[in-house]
Amino acid sequence: MPDRLSRRSFGGLAVALALGGCARQWPKGSNGEEQRLNFYNWDTYTAETTLSGFQAATGVEVAMSHYANNDELFARLRAGNPGFDVIVPSNEFVTRLQISNLLSPLDHARIPNRANIAPEFVNVPFDPGRRWSLPYTWLALGIGYRKSKVDGVPDSWKYVLDSDLYSGRIGLLAEGDDLIRLGAKYLGHSLNAVTPAVMEEVTQMLIRQKRHVKLFHHDEGQDLLAAGEIDLVVEYNGDIAQVMAEDDDLAFVVPREGTLINSDSLCIPAGCPRPDNAHRFINYLLDAKVGADIASAIRYPTPNAAVLARMPAEYRDNPTIFPSGPAMAKSEYGRFQSIAHIRAVEEAITRVMAA
Amino acid sequence: MSGGNQEQRPGQAPGVFAAVGLPPIVWLAALFIAPLAVIWAYSFGENRTLVDIAITGNWGSYARALKPLYLAILLKSLGFAALTTLICFILGLPVALAISFASPRAKLLLLLAVMLPFWTNLLIRTYALMAILRTEGLINSALGGLWGLVPGLPPFEPLPLINNNFAVVVGLVYVHLPFMVLPLYAALDRLDRSLIEASLDLGAGHVATLWRVVVPMALPGIISGIIITFIPALGAYLAPDLLGGTNSQMIANVIERQFRSANDWPFGAALSFLLMYLTFAALLLQSLVSRRSAAREAQR
Repeated sequence: MPDRLSRRSFGGLAVALALGGCARQWPKGSNGEEQRLNFYNWDTYTAETTLSGFQAATGVEVAMSHYANNDELFARLRAGNPGFDVIVPSNEFVTRLQISNLLSPLDHARIPNRANIAPEFVNVPFDPGRRWSLPYTWLALGIGYRKSKVDGVPDSWKYVLDSDLYSGRIGLLAEGDDLIRLGAKYLGHSLNAVTPAVMEEVTQMLIRQKRHVKLFHHDEGQDLLAAGEIDLVVEYNGDIAQVMAEDDDLAFVVPREGTLINSDSLCIPAGCPRPDNAHRFINYLLDAKVGADIASAIRYPTPNAAVLARMPAEYRDNPTIFPSGPAMAKSEYGRFQSIAHIRAVEEAITRVMAA
Repeated sequence: MSGGNQEQRPGQAPGVFAAVGLPPIVWLAALFIAPLAVIWAYSFGENRTLVDIAITGNWGSYARALKPLYLAILLKSLGFAALTTLICFILGLPVALAISFASPRAKLLLLLAVMLPFWTNLLIRTYALMAILRTEGLINSALGGLWGLVPGLPPFEPLPLINNNFAVVVGLVYVHLPFMVLPLYAALDRLDRSLIEASLDLGAGHVATLWRVVVPMALPGIISGIIITFIPALGAYLAPDLLGGTNSQMIANVIERQFRSANDWPFGAALSFLLMYLTFAALLLQSLVSRRSAAREAQR
């Protein structure tokens, strides 16, 4: 709601400026839409030239704003789309947004570059046929660690979730849902079959483990690791790859029990003010050259085959960016379960934090 | 309406009252009471889907908020807020006294120094504190540097200054100290100095004068200082979130999670209103105390 108010007051300001003869005019493009676009994205998730390149190619000016997690994105959209044209939710939030009627379907005819997507990312369980979303990146949770402070490779969730070996030097993700699911994975269950009994077991394990944990981070684990606050951290591969480029002593491993895979996906929210610009922008982001610039900058794995073909071996064969092997074979996409499940997860995490 | 030499009361000038009073009343209604009423209604609602809340007059969210799990967190938050208020009072009283006894020019500068941090965003102040307290932060690197100057000492172990409850209290005191100093100063500045001089002349020491003359006379200011420090400290969420460790969760963090990750607005609303009811109770207590002291004053 505040956005709507501020846009209205911005409109008032624009009128006042127009009277003064210097209004910000948005010229109409050939598609009849204003030459602008609001892109709501994660931070550090585009290359420096991505947005200016789109403006140079189409004349459409992109305004990008950031969210820190999917929950923020969802909370922002549930009261009505405040004017965003393109958003980048993760897989299970594609489901949550879609069943809440907050997404608008994609018109594939207007996105020819979707042919660049690697086949294994076309038919995914959370969006069969890609009616609502197209993949931007994929990401895997794992353990980022400082080699000189850790004995060998911490290739099990045990080291961070169920052991006092690295007591006081562990950082866990503050996202309750992810923690519970990784705990379930460690205990040998599917990520998406967290029954109340499994949840209780994981909760008790986290309560026991808590005194060995230094902090719960909000996706800034790579910075805490780089700063030496902690020596082991549960984080996403791309985030750790970013700091590994600056510090040789850091490494990343996907634990052998398997992990949670996410796929951040380009979507058009319902009530999008400029749908044609939005389609053109998504098509632009899926272009091989544009995607290669983005992949070089953000160092997340790309689901785009044409982009991958252009990337140097240093990226393609990087085991942090593209973890592989038996651990990845055991990994799963997270799926949305139910409202009651979310509530139970939050209560479990509140218990862990309060214990 | 010409009142002659009669005193004019607001009720006798409805036009003036309306002109002066209407804008703030509209402001209060539209931007405070109306949104609060919506949240209050949510607290009696139920989640139907991920985005629809049916207002059913259901007390379930309050029943859940009163479970031992959440009451224990509330109690812990009350503890954090009480400790913060106590430390702010112990630190703030001498500061306020010093300001009220300073020369007019120094007074201005000292008040400015107290208020200066207010002009910086709370988030930035908290991040600055993180830079000071962290393991490789200012304090630890300074101590480590000094430690290294002494030969023969074992390697320096950084002090655990952040990600624990100590850091949370430091953060809360740092942020809330001005809330305590300003009302204390306002109360102390109005004190009749001759009473303090009389007390000292008649043989009371400085401490006795402080506790038996200054504090009782400044009591209303002390109570407002305590209340306006305690209430925001109780609802703090940045400090426990950014400075706290694994054991620093306060009630506001739980509320925040209900509106974000839990997507459970009715429960978040019920928890928020639980805090509101506590706040109202504290304010009621304050007005009772100040009414009683006013009555005592009148009896004299």
